[in-house]
Amino acid sequence: MYDAPKSLETTLDQKTAKITARDVQVHYGDNHAIKDVNVNIEANTVTAFIGPSGCGKSTFLRCINRMNDTIDICRVQGEILLDGEDINDKRVDPVQLRAKVGMVFQKPNPFPKSIYDNIAYGPRIHGLAKNKADLDAIVEKSLRRGAIWEEVKDRLHASGTGLSGGQQQRLCIARAIATEPEVLLMDEPCSALDPIATAQVEELIDELRQQYSVVIVTHSMQQAARVSQRTAFFHLGNLVEFGDTVKIFTNPEDSRTESYITGRIG
Amino acid sequence: MNDSRHIASAFDRDLDSIHAKILKMGGLVEASIVDSSKALESRDQELAEKVRRGDAAIDALDEQINDEVANLIALRAPTAVDLRTVLAIMRMTSNLERIGDLSKNLAKRSDVLGQLTQISGATGSIRRMTREVEAMLKDALDAFIQRDPDFARDVIERDREVDEMYNTLFREFLTFMLEDPRNITACMHLHFIAKNVERMGDHVTAIAEQVLFYVTGETPEGTRPKADVTSMDMKYNPEAEPD
Repeated sequence: MYDAPKSLETTLDQKTAKITARDVQVHYGDNHAIKDVNVNIEANTVTAFIGPSGCGKSTFLRCINRMNDTIDICRVQGEILLDGEDINDKRVDPVQLRAKVGMVFQKPNPFPKSIYDNIAYGPRIHGLAKNKADLDAIVEKSLRRGAIWEEVKDRLHASGTGLSGGQQQRLCIARAIATEPEVLLMDEPCSALDPIATAQVEELIDELRQQYSVVIVTHSMQQAARVSQRTAFFHLGNLVEFGDTVKIFTNPEDSRTESYITGRIG
Repeated sequence: MNDSRHIASAFDRDLDSIHAKILKMGGLVEASIVDSSKALESRDQELAEKVRRGDAAIDALDEQINDEVANLIALRAPTAVDLRTVLAIMRMTSNLERIGDLSKNLAKRSDVLGQLTQISGATGSIRRMTREVEAMLKDALDAFIQRDPDFARDVIERDREVDEMYNTLFREFLTFMLEDPRNITACMHLHFIAKNVERMGDHVTAIAEQVLFYVTGETPEGTRPKADVTSMDMKYNPEAEPD
């Protein structure tokens, strides 16, 4: 046949790689949690990290916005480049980095403040709004993008914690995108949600892909298959296989990947 | 390929059940081909009747397999090799069902032929052709059980021989019909039978292709070997001397 697609893909990879990880190692004390991970995460793509508990997928996700800095015994080696710049460079301010690389956690964690303030908090501290009207516009835009505006527009000053679980999670996503990040990290964002709320969040993830790189850690294989274009399988701290989601779920190359996704005792 | 069992043992039970049914169906179809060609050659109307009745069991298995596959997809969301297994089986079962129908049709025509003048040598040639198709089917199913892609490729190649046998028969029947118009009715039936057996060969090839997909995850590239040329270059030419 013709081999153009492969070489084309390689060039695309380099051109659109939003995040590049090279030889990343993470130690928690004596525990070698991530071993030599090399991966390119593309722009405008949803990348899913899958693997059994303790395989290092969340740890690796947390490297991308330096969340592991907050853990004393954690040591990160290797390079993680965001748009070609090393995020672990001493000159990089982790607070600025986290404005560019937003994060959504497993459990919805709205601030115990009003819905409005939950969204306005980030833009305020990063000075993204010149005046009240600006801030109002950011809040509305973020809530709309978070697919929750219609549900909360009449009670913006009610507490964020009074919303349902699914609404709280969408509020947290809206909060994460209020600072106009470039990358959105999601650590099992739907594990506490019912199927309807899950479907809403997944629909939202698909829309967010137009503007951001989304990296999602999930234990639900079906969710990884539904929302992502690329899938990475982690096992015992190694990145075992990384490729197109369709390929991983129909014809994975590594038998460990196959055992895991088909639910076999590997 | 992954030999270990699923953590959910019910998943294995469901897959095993589908496996058992497709193999049973394969066995019934093999027997049907053997019996219908035997009935044709030995003008055994009882055996032909048995083939016709037996097709219902093949159809029933086809339905059961399709139901079980649909349930498995809905309840277990199979992926990777599990997904390829059920997709391959779903297509294989419809090919087997078609072969069963063609074999049943052969049995029906053998009844009619029993009342007509025998065409010398024709039923023997058809018998050889069906024997080859039956052997190919057996090997395709063995390739499925053994997950042997080379064996499956071999089956695909062998379809060429069946096509060539059909070409030869096509010429023979033309000759017989030119020699004596009273042969036309019998030759038309025999020709349909030969064409049906050639079609069976194509279905067996499709099954072997599904085995390849199941084992390797890829469908064979390019076109199938094709040696049936009767649709392209064998014209009826009344001027030509029969050879």
